[in-house]
Amino acid sequence: MSIRVGESAQAATFPKAAKKLLQNTQLRRNVRRATDTIRGKRAKVVDEMPDWQALRTAGQQIKKRTLRNLDSYLVQFEKACTAAGGKVHWARDADEANAIIIGIIQSHGQKEVIKVKTMTSDETRLNHALEAVGIEPYETDLADLIIQLGHDKPSHIVVPALHKNKSEIRQIFMDTMGLKELGHAPEDLAAAARNFLRERFLRVKVGFSGANFAVAETGSVCVVESEGNGRMCVTLPDVLITMFGVEKIVPSFDDLEVFLQLLPRSATGERMNPYNSIWTGVTPGDGPKEFHVVLLDNGRTKVLADEESRETLHCIRCAACLNACPVYRQTGGHAYGSIYSGPIGAILTPQLQGMEHSTSLPYASSLCGACYEVCPVKINIPEILIHLRRKIVESGGAALTERMGMAVAGYTLADSSRLGKAQKLVQLGRQPLDAIGLPGWSAARDLPTIPTQTFREWWKTRGAK
Amino acid sequence: MVEDTRCEVSTAREDILQRVRAAIGKQAADEPVERDYRQTPSLSEGEKIDLFIDRLHDYNAQVYRCGPGEEAATIAEALAARGKTRILIPPGFPAHLLPTGPTFVPDTQLDYREIDATEGALTAATAAIAMTGSLILTHSETEGRRALTLIPDYHLCMVYTNQLVETVPEGLRALGGRRTSPVTTIAGPSATADIEMTRVKGVHGPRVLDVIIVAV
Amino acid sequence: MLISLFITCYNDTLFPGTGKSVVRVLERLGHTVEFREAQTCCGQMHYNTGYHPEAVTIMKKFVADFLDAEIVCIPSSSCVAMIRDHYPKMAKEAGLEKEVAELVPKVFEFTEFLTDKLGVTDVGATYPHSVTMHTSCHALRSLDCGDRPQRLLKAVRGLDYLELPAGDQCCGFGGTFAIKNAEVSTAMLSEKMRSVLDTGAEVCTGSDNSCLMHIGGGLTRQRGTARCVHIAEILASEEGDQ
Repeated sequence: MSIRVGESAQAATFPKAAKKLLQNTQLRRNVRRATDTIRGKRAKVVDEMPDWQALRTAGQQIKKRTLRNLDSYLVQFEKACTAAGGKVHWARDADEANAIIIGIIQSHGQKEVIKVKTMTSDETRLNHALEAVGIEPYETDLADLIIQLGHDKPSHIVVPALHKNKSEIRQIFMDTMGLKELGHAPEDLAAAARNFLRERFLRVKVGFSGANFAVAETGSVCVVESEGNGRMCVTLPDVLITMFGVEKIVPSFDDLEVFLQLLPRSATGERMNPYNSIWTGVTPGDGPKEFHVVLLDNGRTKVLADEESRETLHCIRCAACLNACPVYRQTGGHAYGSIYSGPIGAILTPQLQGMEHSTSLPYASSLCGACYEVCPVKINIPEILIHLRRKIVESGGAALTERMGMAVAGYTLADSSRLGKAQKLVQLGRQPLDAIGLPGWSAARDLPTIPTQTFREWWKTRGAK
Repeated sequence: MVEDTRCEVSTAREDILQRVRAAIGKQAADEPVERDYRQTPSLSEGEKIDLFIDRLHDYNAQVYRCGPGEEAATIAEALAARGKTRILIPPGFPAHLLPTGPTFVPDTQLDYREIDATEGALTAATAAIAMTGSLILTHSETEGRRALTLIPDYHLCMVYTNQLVETVPEGLRALGGRRTSPVTTIAGPSATADIEMTRVKGVHGPRVLDVIIVAV
Repeated sequence: MLISLFITCYNDTLFPGTGKSVVRVLERLGHTVEFREAQTCCGQMHYNTGYHPEAVTIMKKFVADFLDAEIVCIPSSSCVAMIRDHYPKMAKEAGLEKEVAELVPKVFEFTEFLTDKLGVTDVGATYPHSVTMHTSCHALRSLDCGDRPQRLLKAVRGLDYLELPAGDQCCGFGGTFAIKNAEVSTAMLSEKMRSVLDTGAEVCTGSDNSCLMHIGGGLTRQRGTARCVHIAEILASEEGDQ
């Protein structure tokens, strides 16, 4: 088994990575500015929808229906897609998926592939696997291109280069595209990307994409995007390979009417993103002559098996929870050590990768609930974070000091006379505690002065009066 | 070797389906879906058209309006405004709607580099959605294959008022039997928000989109 | 009305003044307050940190202590959120569904109890200070408190109410979060303090002493005079108190 979520198994713990990132004032300014912008835009286009809550409910229920009947929907999708001229492959894990994709590209004798932003391929580290066998992957999404050319890591699910500002992006383009001159405006940078990729779009024979939605009823696949690079990748090459997680299925074509409203408003704060491409198998005379679908498990069926956290698989990757999260807004995405960052990353990565690899992630939240509030499919992320913390504790993954502290607190709070005695100890300990402080806390905050009389003591004196 | 691969593939399929079944249990579950969101229009015909135009303007599209029989003159006007003289059209685009003056090149399986060398494309649409300013193409004979409205830098799209609906659900349902044709929804010109979350017009798709709304 | 006060473990130990103020307000409004001395805690810390068996034990105790109460009033939004959001699910594991279902509707946070149950906004308080309000995440999102606390504050004589900018942002406390992720928590706190100080208010209030302890603990390290005071203490204040 090679279940993998990018390089998350080797990542530093969240507090350690966060501590380092908090020193980077430029990055924090970039993240703050971008998330402020997108939050404002989202709020505006969500507020104008009187039926937003009804859409969220429908989105949640469609996802629930999908997961509860996932086996039959997968088979239905396979049948419909095959009937329309597609070929469906199944991959249990990252290595299996990469091997299937490499096999298809090599069977056509090709050495290049153009890619539109695909989270699942970041999960499986497809680019790494392709390069290892001499196939060159070209990322075509502007942000992915910035990341690829700058040898950087994505820090956001929708806008992977959100941590870079335009002058940093300009420098990367100048350095890697061999440009002597380049304007400073965002339009100039976009035009540079257009020129850089145009020749590749016209030349490369194999395209690769993910999918935002796949329709069981019709075997159709839907890619939601803005730049047109997605349309290029799914239209121009002779061979198209599309990989997505098994949970991306929706039962019926009509279900798209819900998600195509929820996703753009939540993700980029637009009423509609510039382009949606929906295609079904192969269409003679229009687009690729060969179409392959790779259905990826890579830990998803494991998540499905836990009823308490199954709804993690409802996620449509809009990243609204990242933009809303006060923790993400301080650190940016790199602190999460995974391609999936923010609140959804804190619950998804540990479940896919295996809890032992990311025990710090479920604690990377103050449980403020902002993520749940904005989630377009109503994933109760705080509840799942708590559920994962419980699993960590139950499997003995919590620190000994914490377990002892919690045991003592639990014992004390089970009986009011024990609590009374403990309160006496706290009062006695106030001076030493004031002197030494509490690790972490006291670096930036004072502890409250501990009163000489508890409320219950006061109540007793009052009663005697 | 070949048989091994086939065996491996079917094993992966069976394994995954087996895992799914084990995860969700035996009970066939019909989870209800409440569709209490808007699926019907609430605006008058005029308001709907105004909303559509407003949304298109949001995307910086140039919008032209004309009555039946005025298509040719309006196409001429739109192309002249952009200085376009040589334009691709889908093979089934009605010849009687074309003005004299500009050269119209029917797309008879041109190769992609030939398309790349043209000034733009003129097409019809299958439907349009007022609320989101979306045009929906199903790449019929009058709309052309997908590459036609993707590679050139300019797209002039003609849509009739009886193709215009108000909401997204109505828009997708308007596809009817054409929903398994390739479908492209277009809301403004190609754009990106990848640089500091600001919508920048014009990346890989057409950088300029103009729309003609024909009253019927 | 006989109102049973659940003081909460940390108010009992660290902020007895809040409890005394609740008693003062409710008695001033003509009600009788009881304090059941067997009470301890709601179990939130254990639950949120992943120690469920301990949390269930504490929940059972809470249910036993308060099941026959007429009304339970709690000066802490987060403890009320714990009871409303999590007890029903925990009750299934503990076989206490019936009892919890009976008890939960009788549990109120202090300010919502005043506005919704007692229907008052003017509680007869005087507090001649400028005040801003940090709405805790639990009050905002779990209890959906709306403008209830503000309505109460605006009815206080002499009080100059100042809106807190970015009021929907977490202060960074989050229980054990402030310890496990101290640096990130501090960064969130810095922003919250900046917002508070920007208002120029003398006092930052709220319905959760946990957040106020966090914000207040930071403010005492800053130049400036802003301090944190629980809303119950403001509502209890009368002319001549200060």
